Amino acid sequence: MSGVDSAAPEADAPESATAAVIAAAEESDLGLVVGTLLVVYAAAALLSFSDGLNGVVGLMETLTFLGLVYALTALALNLQWGYTGLFNIGVAGFMAVGVYTMGMVVRSPDPAFGPPGLGLPLPVGILAGMAVAALLGGVAALPALRLKADYLAIVTLGLSEIIRLSLQSSAFDSFLRDTIGAGTGGGRGMGMPDNPVRGLFLVDGQAGTPTALGDLVFGVFGTDGLGISHPILIGWGYIAVLGVFLVGFYLLLERLGSSPFGRTTKALREDALVANSLGKDVNLVKIKVFVIGCALMGLAGILWFGSQGNVSPTPQFRPLLTFYVFIAVIIGGSGSNTGSVLGGIIFAAVLFEGPRRVGGAVRGLIDAETPGSFADALVSLDPVTFLAYATDNVAPLQFVFLGLVLVFIIHRRPEGILGDRIETAAAVDLSERPAGGESDE
Amino acid sequence: MGTTDSSIVDVARGRPGLLFVALLGGLLLADLAAKLAGVGLGPIGGAVSVDRLGSNLWNGVVIGLVIGLAGIGLSMTYSILSFANFSHGDLVSAGAFTGWGVAFLIAGFGDVPVRALLTVRDAGNASPGDIGAHILSTPGAILLGLIAAFVVTALLAVALDRAFYKPMRDRDGIALLIASIGAALIVRYLLQFGYGSDRRGVTASVEQSNLAFGPLGVSVNAHELTILVAAVGLMLAMHAMLQHTKLGTAMRAMADNKDLALITGIPAERVVTATWIIGGGLAGASGYLYVLLRGTIQFDFGWLLLLLIFAAVILGGIGSVYGAIVGGLVIGVVFTTSTIWIPSDFNQAAAFAVMILMLLLRPEGLFGGVSTA
Repeated sequence: MSGVDSAAPEADAPESATAAVIAAAEESDLGLVVGTLLVVYAAAALLSFSDGLNGVVGLMETLTFLGLVYALTALALNLQWGYTGLFNIGVAGFMAVGVYTMGMVVRSPDPAFGPPGLGLPLPVGILAGMAVAALLGGVAALPALRLKADYLAIVTLGLSEIIRLSLQSSAFDSFLRDTIGAGTGGGRGMGMPDNPVRGLFLVDGQAGTPTALGDLVFGVFGTDGLGISHPILIGWGYIAVLGVFLVGFYLLLERLGSSPFGRTTKALREDALVANSLGKDVNLVKIKVFVIGCALMGLAGILWFGSQGNVSPTPQFRPLLTFYVFIAVIIGGSGSNTGSVLGGIIFAAVLFEGPRRVGGAVRGLIDAETPGSFADALVSLDPVTFLAYATDNVAPLQFVFLGLVLVFIIHRRPEGILGDRIETAAAVDLSERPAGGESDE
Repeated sequence: MGTTDSSIVDVARGRPGLLFVALLGGLLLADLAAKLAGVGLGPIGGAVSVDRLGSNLWNGVVIGLVIGLAGIGLSMTYSILSFANFSHGDLVSAGAFTGWGVAFLIAGFGDVPVRALLTVRDAGNASPGDIGAHILSTPGAILLGLIAAFVVTALLAVALDRAFYKPMRDRDGIALLIASIGAALIVRYLLQFGYGSDRRGVTASVEQSNLAFGPLGVSVNAHELTILVAAVGLMLAMHAMLQHTKLGTAMRAMADNKDLALITGIPAERVVTATWIIGGGLAGASGYLYVLLRGTIQFDFGWLLLLLIFAAVILGGIGSVYGAIVGGLVIGVVFTTSTIWIPSDFNQAAAFAVMILMLLLRPEGLFGGVSTA
């Protein structure tokens, strides 16, 4: 909104102080993101205040973590889809490749359980994960050179399923163990290396032996202070790391978007033929965008699933994950980096985690036994019993809601929340012309 | 150096990918022949008996017919409405659940509570044996179930079109594709909400169900034979409709050139509705038949099948109904015979790989482009 209005010489004076604050927040992207987070926190506090401070802070931690990881992935996708118009629905596959490569490189060669790894340091693993995801992105770009967008969608979806089925396969696992000495663990998956953030708070990651920093933090906020449990506090520590990565992603993509390369990608998105006629190497740009975007997806996968203890191919890297990220980008408005961040936060809070929390809260208020099936609930002819069934089975209803939101956005507001902003393709703001420059004839 | 020689060399130079695929196919065939003869040529896979190859091929044909049947609808909506419909797989599941609900209702009425029957054994604890649905013992129930699957899914497809796709006829294919992902989520999870999420058995087992065909050593199941008859019958009906009715001609015209069809006075909306009825109905029927083949049902099986259906449609060339059928057969055979060379957890990946190769080498498909003829 504000991008359009700011050109107007005199905006209407805000009616009240709150309106002024809102208007100011809309002016700045950071304000918008922080404001959204505050609204999410307020709702979370309202929903869980009966669980005490620990419950409130724990829910906020979950929501912030999910919001940040969705924002990271949405930013990576926004480069491919929003900037360049490449409809890649293989996001889950590239994330899986990133996190699995990292795990295989970093895991100890002789673990107590699970597949062996190469035993290299974590930074090497992260770089290797990004490199392999990028390499695969380069391969996936080859179909993008000649296929229409909907064919590309099917190819990338097929590729991500091939990746998932390969990681699932025990034959592939033993093949990798025999050749490079590191396995995937097949359908059982693999445990992830220790999160270094945990080591900042606890010596060797062992509970009960805090470091100096851990002593300080746990003393003020932990069980000795405000009574927040230690895993939640460590989770907030990891969120700080994710926040740094988010800023890094954002700055990188903003810089990329306003560079000559970024302008070429936008030209490609609008009309590849014209971009080609103007002498731009369309194919090279597509390959580069795929490589960079998939490397970022690999990194996002590492930051997200690498911190979750255990990864396994089938529940985690189903195509559904890709659609989640797409919904986040669509909500925010494809093509806008701030929109992707906002979309990630809103998706995680309102569409992903919100319904199940609300469902759980409502279920707690009902005093009725849950019927065994939908038919039993229907036959009981009792609205309370039916509500008990619905709130206990809130997961499928949540997906129905997700589908309805997706269709609604595509119908009514395909450009998303921030999609109507004017994107300046030029490196300087052309809307602020010097006053003397308007003398054309 | 004859002229034919140089032209082959030219073709090979122009299409290195095609040459590679031809070489690979030749190698696999030679390897297969060697395996059948009991000579270990290639590094992968052991010996293969004629029996095993025969049963692999037969299974592939049966699965391929089901996939091809589902592919017809996907191909039709793709060519007439110009978008890749990601909710097609969930139409397949919807048809299976509603069709089997009706089949159960008729097969087990009186012995088992109606709600257990209509929800395909989600409520109550009746076993498939209690209900006893099988083509040999309750042929009428199986047939009526197939018809119900067709009708209900056709209605569902039209309802989805009215609610979701009709308001955005003028939008581009990607917007429609995204909307269809939303529709897919809605249908799939309403099915889960209504029918439960567990995988469960459906068909009863009847003795003397297996018929062996002597010369090839292939054992054929009565249900597989039913699928063969039903799928081929539906495909022939489809062929007659497309070639010999006014509606079929109008559909082919719409698929071929929409603008030209519109100015010749073809009622576009009516053709679109008919497309959804036929395409959706065939999807529902194929889902019903797929459950008859597998014997189990789960709320998301159609979604898991969708990529194979896409593979079939792309292989045959989007827009071609006959291409979808042939593509389905090829994908089905690849799906089952690829286990000769690779571990069975990769057979689905092999089918996807065939699809991706096809898109890279010949995006217009085997039958080339929009024709629906």
